Amino acid sequence: MESNKVLDAKGLACPMPIVKTKKSIQELNSGEVLEVHATDKGAKSDIAAWVKSGGHELLQDTEEDGVLKFWIKKA
Amino acid sequence: MSVKTITTNEVAKKVVNNEETTILDVRNTDEFDDWKIEGGKIDVINEPYFNLLDGIEDVEDKLGKDQEIIVVCAKGGSSQMVAEMFDEAGFTDVYSLEGGMKAWSEHLEPTKIADLTGGGSLYQFVRLGKGCLSYFIESDGEAALVDANRMIDIYEKFAEEKGVQIKHLIDTHLHADHISGGRSLAEKVGGTYNLPPKDATEVTFEYRPLEEGNNIVVGNTTVKVEPLYSPGHTIGSTSLIIDDQYLLTGDILFVESIGRPDLAGKAEDWVGDLRNTLYKRYKELSDDLIVLPAHYSFSSELGEVGQVSARLGELYDKNAGLQVEDEEKFRSMVTDNLPPQPNAYEEIRKTNMGKVIPDNEEQRDMEIGPNRCAVHG
Repeated sequence: MESNKVLDAKGLACPMPIVKTKKSIQELNSGEVLEVHATDKGAKSDIAAWVKSGGHELLQDTEEDGVLKFWIKKA
Repeated sequence: MSVKTITTNEVAKKVVNNEETTILDVRNTDEFDDWKIEGGKIDVINEPYFNLLDGIEDVEDKLGKDQEIIVVCAKGGSSQMVAEMFDEAGFTDVYSLEGGMKAWSEHLEPTKIADLTGGGSLYQFVRLGKGCLSYFIESDGEAALVDANRMIDIYEKFAEEKGVQIKHLIDTHLHADHISGGRSLAEKVGGTYNLPPKDATEVTFEYRPLEEGNNIVVGNTTVKVEPLYSPGHTIGSTSLIIDDQYLLTGDILFVESIGRPDLAGKAEDWVGDLRNTLYKRYKELSDDLIVLPAHYSFSSELGEVGQVSARLGELYDKNAGLQVEDEEKFRSMVTDNLPPQPNAYEEIRKTNMGKVIPDNEEQRDMEIGPNRCAVHG
């Protein structure tokens, strides 16, 4: 899936994946897509919940070899 | 700047001592709704940490600046961040729970239940974070441990403090909600692992069959552990009568609910066994037996000193699961309203059979969440 920016949050523990995701999305324009890579398992439900509370849209998420990937469309 | 932290041990004392305690749980709301710190006089509010990144104004007004506040998250990282924000905002008595809910899930709180024949005693270990109950019976320098959790070093330390040697490890059934510590502790201390044979048909290790007539004696005195076949939660489920006074019901009968029959097979197949155990087998026993279950679901089940127990006769009067005279009604109550199954229950069963050996971190993750072994009538 295409994205405008990729954030590597691998190896970071909670709360850093969300802190960095929030910062990265602020740098995007509305409608653009941020791709996030993380290894902290808690990121899965936290990113989904954060996206919802911020009004953004989680386009897709995958999990492969312990790496979680998210595609978030900015509101 | 470092923020003050609090251990699970200190929080557990607050729960069992009924101290007024305010917890700010900063996990996401789904996880909070699924499972949280409860009991005693705990007052808990939820506000996910990611809603507080721009400031704590939304929750600040709900809390006093001098009030003791314990911030809790999944593993202890986010709670530390949020506690620091409160500290900077002028809150003076804020703590972050070390290790978060993951550590809370592993805390065991021992409570003495009774003195037994010949100077022995019976302890209940309450796993407050998960509602699991295990039992430590000691007499004359020896101990038996029933339905032990994975955190075996806690029991070992306890045995050491009491100056007793753990000889017998007993599981009332093959557990589906938590990883048993029985087998690994038996290996470590050179004890015997006892398991009901009907639950052990697929296991990959040696065990001693826990069967009626195969009594276990703890110490040289006569603290008798008497198995009573009581199927229903699993086909092998076996209760234990300790010292003719205490009935360890495993996951068959709880204080405010009854066991669910679907975690190891089909509810339809075992509901008849469950009914027979609850409405016939247990009824033949003395009403004065004290029931000690392997789980509790509600903080209301915790007694005055944080123990979970009740007279069998009292449960026949009050427990909703024991009041359904009509067999068809009982059947539909037990099979129609089953709660969601515990986290990773199939993997947990395989681990307890010895079929898979997850590493320590995987085992911790598999056990996250509530136990959900009961049906509430």
